[in-house]
Amino acid sequence: MLKMMLKRFLQTIPTLFIVVTITFCLTRMLPGDPAVAILGIEAKQEDIEAMRAKMNLDKSLPEQYRLYITGLVKGDFGYSYSYRQDVFGLIISRIPNTLSLTLVALVFAFFIGTAVGIAAAIKQNTWFDYVFMVLALVGVSMPIFWMALMLVLQFSVKMNLLPVMGMGDWSKGFGDVVSHMILPGFCLATIPMATFARTTRSSMIETLSSDYIRCLRARGIREWKVIMIHGLKNALPPLVTVLGLQIASTFTGAIITEGIFSWPGMGTMINTAINNRDYSLIQGTVLFSAIMFVFCNMLVDMAYLVLNPKVKEV
Amino acid sequence: MDKKEKDVILKVDGLKVYFYTASGVNKAVDGVSFTLEKGSTMGIVGESGSGKSVTSSSVMRLMQAKTQKIVDGSITFEDIDLLKMSQKDLLKFRGDVCCMIFQNPMTSLDPVFKVGYQMVEMIREHQGISKKEAWNKAVEALKLVGIPEAEKRMEAYPHELSGGMCQRVIIAMAVCGNPKLIIADEPTTALDVTVQAQVLELLKSLQKKLDTAILLITHNLGVVWDMCDTVMVMYAGNTVEYADTGTLYREPMHPYTWGLLDSMPKLSSTSKEELTTIPGVPPDLRLTGRCCNFYNRCPYVTEKCRESVPPLVEVKPGHFVACHRQNGAEHLVRGEVNSYGE
Repeated sequence: MLKMMLKRFLQTIPTLFIVVTITFCLTRMLPGDPAVAILGIEAKQEDIEAMRAKMNLDKSLPEQYRLYITGLVKGDFGYSYSYRQDVFGLIISRIPNTLSLTLVALVFAFFIGTAVGIAAAIKQNTWFDYVFMVLALVGVSMPIFWMALMLVLQFSVKMNLLPVMGMGDWSKGFGDVVSHMILPGFCLATIPMATFARTTRSSMIETLSSDYIRCLRARGIREWKVIMIHGLKNALPPLVTVLGLQIASTFTGAIITEGIFSWPGMGTMINTAINNRDYSLIQGTVLFSAIMFVFCNMLVDMAYLVLNPKVKEV
Repeated sequence: MDKKEKDVILKVDGLKVYFYTASGVNKAVDGVSFTLEKGSTMGIVGESGSGKSVTSSSVMRLMQAKTQKIVDGSITFEDIDLLKMSQKDLLKFRGDVCCMIFQNPMTSLDPVFKVGYQMVEMIREHQGISKKEAWNKAVEALKLVGIPEAEKRMEAYPHELSGGMCQRVIIAMAVCGNPKLIIADEPTTALDVTVQAQVLELLKSLQKKLDTAILLITHNLGVVWDMCDTVMVMYAGNTVEYADTGTLYREPMHPYTWGLLDSMPKLSSTSKEELTTIPGVPPDLRLTGRCCNFYNRCPYVTEKCRESVPPLVEVKPGHFVACHRQNGAEHLVRGEVNSYGE
């Protein structure tokens, strides 16, 4: 297990290197001058030149790349001029906000989605199955920004039940934070929930039609055990794959949702960074997302070892 | 078909199992009757799709889909009507009193749980004993079916065992309960020939030890001869002939049985000789039940065969045949091809 983890860890290094290179190139292709973005269009030419020199932008592209990579190796993610802070510290400070929102959304999405998927598989081709699978299809296809706006319109503006934006304040009590979390949480949970439901359903249907399930029934094993122990454990691998991808993409993909609800997390920060041509911050957040993806994939691989005895350690 | 009532362990009478599909009703089993005595073995033979497996899973009330329904008939196990049994009693019946061995041993065990876990789970499902007692019982059973290093095998996953080994584990599971009936649905089809013989020997010896009845479903007429006391030949969902094994092999009466026996390869024949086959294909099961199902492949066909379904008639004591031309009044002799001018 340890040997495999180490091997997987070493394999991630080339992936991350490629990600870093591509983001570096893409940020340099953004139109607009970061120095102008910081100082404003009415700044004097010499101030702008001084700023460019300070940000190493006056150097050639290969030289900039070399400086960036050597900085990364030393653990220096760069300095964010739009927030006037270290990029690394900035990302770390935003993680708890995003993590709390996405984890709550994912936990709900996972349990509800899986439960619906199992129920739909058992009741395959009944009205229950049809209704929930159509709902799941709608859930996957719905544009998040549109749904977020509609939810705000209905629950915050018309019914005045929930707050429109922000994160709430712990000092005002637990309820305040929770009420702020409901709408963005629901938006974030929709796609994962629908994906879980659909994946679970198809995986469960396949598992429940296999020979050994029939044999378990022939051995007089109670139905709930057949489904929840044997069926579920056999149906889990595709679900774990989806879960791994969803954790990473929800965590980093909260950009739209956080933007709409002004949730002070990673997503809002990425928005600001792009608007301000904040090269270091864009590069930092993209690298961070890549690390998240790689890490979740590693967890999925580990989970396979536990779930499927046929996967041997290499 | 009336044997002394106390000896009869399983009685199936007029069983009809239909599959309701989008394109019509498939009469998978359309009137099957037989009895099985305590400690004896009955074979069910017939080609693919003749309803052998459906008949046997109906005894366990194991329907594969909701579209499969037992529509008529009765199944009685030791005076208990299985079709009226509650789900709770059914769970006790399955796996404890009546065990089933399936065709493919490699896919009959859950691949993600260890053999020991699955055996203990099953034993504890039926008997209120501790995990440790169940574990010991499972090890005993594995030893009984001749698995070497039984303790070690308990820790193995199914994919770490060979096909023959898996089949032994499944038989061991059956032995853990108090099986009065073992249904073996082509237990040796997926195994190679030497292992086949071992598994059949094992079943035979366990039958002697435990006085269990066996319902053996097979394609292999040699296996039937070797194992069974009585044989039922099925064709397109119907019983066509039912008799003692000796009687059936000595004087088969239904034209379909003749065809089946003729199609067995003979050791004495030269290698260049082609295997005999029954010409034609079995009928569409949605269209059966209006005439003799075998009429389109039968060389002895008459007008009557096209018009009505032949009833199952006891021609001689214990020998049942469903053929218009073999009903006691008429006696068809093999080889006398159609005197009806066909």
